[in-house]
Amino acid sequence: MENLLITILLTSIPILLAGLGELVTEKSGVLNLGVEGMMLCGAVAALGSVLIFGNPYIGILFGAVAGILISTVFSFFTITLMTNQVATGLGLTIFATALTGLIGEPFVGKTAASLPKLEIIFLSDIPYLGKILFSNDILVYFAIFLIFFIHFGFQNTKIGIIIRAVGDNHDSAHSIGYSVKLVRWISTSFGGMCAGMGGAYIPLALTPHWSEGMTAGKGWIALALVVFASWMPIRLLIGALIFGGITILQFVAQARGWDVPSQFLNMLPYLATILALALISFKLKQNNYAPTCLGKHFLGNK
Amino acid sequence: MTNNLDSMTFIEVKNLSKTFDQFLANDSISMNIKKGKIHALLGENGAGKSTLVKCLYGVVKPTAGQILINNNHVIINNPREARSYGIGMVFQHFSLFPALTVSENILISLDEKITKKNLEDKISITAKQWGLPIEPTKKVLDLSVGEQQRVEIIRCLLQNPKLLIMDEPTSVLSPQEINQLFKVLRKLANSGCSILYISHKLNEIKQIASKVTILRSGKVISSTDTSKISTTSMAEKMIGKKVKKITKISKNNFLNSSTAISINNLNRKKLSQFGTELKKISFNVKYGEILGIAGVAGNGQVELMNALSGETLGDPDEIIFEDKKIGNTNIKFRRSLGLEFVPEERNGHATVPDITLTENTFLTFYNTYLKNSNFLDDILLSSNMSSNDSKSIINDNDVRCPYSNPLADQLSGGNLQKFIVGRSLKANPKVLIISQPTWGVDIGAASEIRSKLLELAKLGKAIILISQDLDEIYEISNNICVINNGSLSTPKKTSKISATDIGILMGIN
Repeated sequence: MENLLITILLTSIPILLAGLGELVTEKSGVLNLGVEGMMLCGAVAALGSVLIFGNPYIGILFGAVAGILISTVFSFFTITLMTNQVATGLGLTIFATALTGLIGEPFVGKTAASLPKLEIIFLSDIPYLGKILFSNDILVYFAIFLIFFIHFGFQNTKIGIIIRAVGDNHDSAHSIGYSVKLVRWISTSFGGMCAGMGGAYIPLALTPHWSEGMTAGKGWIALALVVFASWMPIRLLIGALIFGGITILQFVAQARGWDVPSQFLNMLPYLATILALALISFKLKQNNYAPTCLGKHFLGNK
Repeated sequence: MTNNLDSMTFIEVKNLSKTFDQFLANDSISMNIKKGKIHALLGENGAGKSTLVKCLYGVVKPTAGQILINNNHVIINNPREARSYGIGMVFQHFSLFPALTVSENILISLDEKITKKNLEDKISITAKQWGLPIEPTKKVLDLSVGEQQRVEIIRCLLQNPKLLIMDEPTSVLSPQEINQLFKVLRKLANSGCSILYISHKLNEIKQIASKVTILRSGKVISSTDTSKISTTSMAEKMIGKKVKKITKISKNNFLNSSTAISINNLNRKKLSQFGTELKKISFNVKYGEILGIAGVAGNGQVELMNALSGETLGDPDEIIFEDKKIGNTNIKFRRSLGLEFVPEERNGHATVPDITLTENTFLTFYNTYLKNSNFLDDILLSSNMSSNDSKSIINDNDVRCPYSNPLADQLSGGNLQKFIVGRSLKANPKVLIISQPTWGVDIGAASEIRSKLLELAKLGKAIILISQDLDEIYEISNNICVINNGSLSTPKKTSKISATDIGILMGIN
């Protein structure tokens, strides 16, 4: 049981990280559909760097940087050149899938070192909870820290409020003297960094081999989760755990030999996404948390 | 000018010009604002008021010219620098963030470091001090328009401004709220803060400002003491020609005519969390009558317009046109009976912004074009017919287009509105229901639109006019009622209802 819960937590980390990043990006008014692509870039950069340098922490760094770099491409197109965000985001994912396939070719069949578990003294000795929560690798702690950091940041820090303000009404933000484009660049880069780290987590902790398209739709789920969580970091954690749980359910079902077609199990996380979205959008009429300027271009003053 | 006089000046603008592409928005403007005085800036839409003010607040950069503050030459690169010089601004379309709370809204425009908690206390103190009650933890989208303006003013006050710029501050307020605002402005001026008051309402300028600068097509036409200029000559200077006097129809010529449309106990649930529920709305309009529905924005005008036009449906007998129960029928059917509707939002609701005027005309009239002919003829003829119709609308209503058959959103607000009203008249309606017809429209176009409405009433048609502009309501309506929080007051004769009465009916003390 303990192991099962740990597995669920670990499985949900890439989605959680990528989702948190996308949440910040969307709060600033940018809809980046390239999460899947950014995660793939993070994954291949992490794996490659670990194979070269042998240190999994270097892998995190490379994953994050790769995420930032690829998100910069997106920022340049959508924020500076003002291309369509949806098309550019989709293009980014398609581009990154092929690019990482190319880069990852030499890594096929090689195994990378995994992130070591860091046990927190005293806390990890708590029965049950200690094993699950306090003897994990650094990115698990980081992701959980990030939830509270973002939640607190949006409520209480000036930069957090500015990001929300830019997503809420970019014309007003401009007229009181903030650079809408700069805020969006930074938020999108933050989203890229998180997606890169989320992607890096897959080879560094879950499956230490390269396979083309190894993120397997996690980026899309992260995207859906942001909406599912109505742009609230804590709800995002709940959502990520649900999706993590359903993903693990597939393996459990296979292991126990349940008589359910595997195709049906493969479908489940996505089905849950759609159901969750439908339920939430039902509720959204009452409680609209969506950033008002999401996906809109800021033209600025000519 | 003596040194003594100069020390009284807070800000001076010398030969300031601003061009957008080829367009000269400000043409070598010079003016100065004295300390502790209320200085009005008057001009029609497009006269260059906003551009000038945006230069002062650092939102746009002037192409040429100088700005002097306390006799020192300054360059204002962005609003933050403007604020550091003591310039604060209250925007016409508020620069607030609806999803954020009052204190968060204020926090991000302050340049000092302060925690949210401390700021909330500070807001409450300032609010009390100036008589601008506000709840700092409320979200802005839950505030009324008047309260939102208070947030903007408090935001400026917290920066101890030396010059407060107010862009059309009263266009959204009730008469009582306007008086309250003027009290605050006078108090502020007495404390030594200069105020640049932008408006196109002449009476207000007379009432509040000591000096007025009049702009027309980007140039300063006149700059004098308000005591030395009449409202009529202000208006003439502003539009550059004599103002057409509108003559109202003799009062009772519709008394004997029959009822055109009657609304009985109309109820509508609110469409969104921030909408307004319509409660038991009842009124009658006779042929030849103009019924004015006054009210502060956001009190159910949009919902009422939707119910009247058929965008939201209800019970059949809620709306009775002549003898037909039409409360549950759609827009198309209502229009076929001879009702016409002009919604508030001209760009995107009354017209499709990015298609041409001819195409917009086609969308309105395709039903009549497609009658009595075969399919092939329809395709070939309807484009001709809509093109002819749109040309005649443009000519009959003096719609000024940048070139022939432009896209709808390439027209200025006033010209587009003239086109929309003209298009409704073209349908030869029995009843015209029109919402905020002159909102944001310049004086010339507004008076043309109003005379068109009067002409239509003279022909014996019924008109329902929903408007926030009290002057407009008084100018052309026969009867007036007020919509407040989704309820409608009983219509009264225009001569029997004062602005104070209306203010009370608007529910603001």
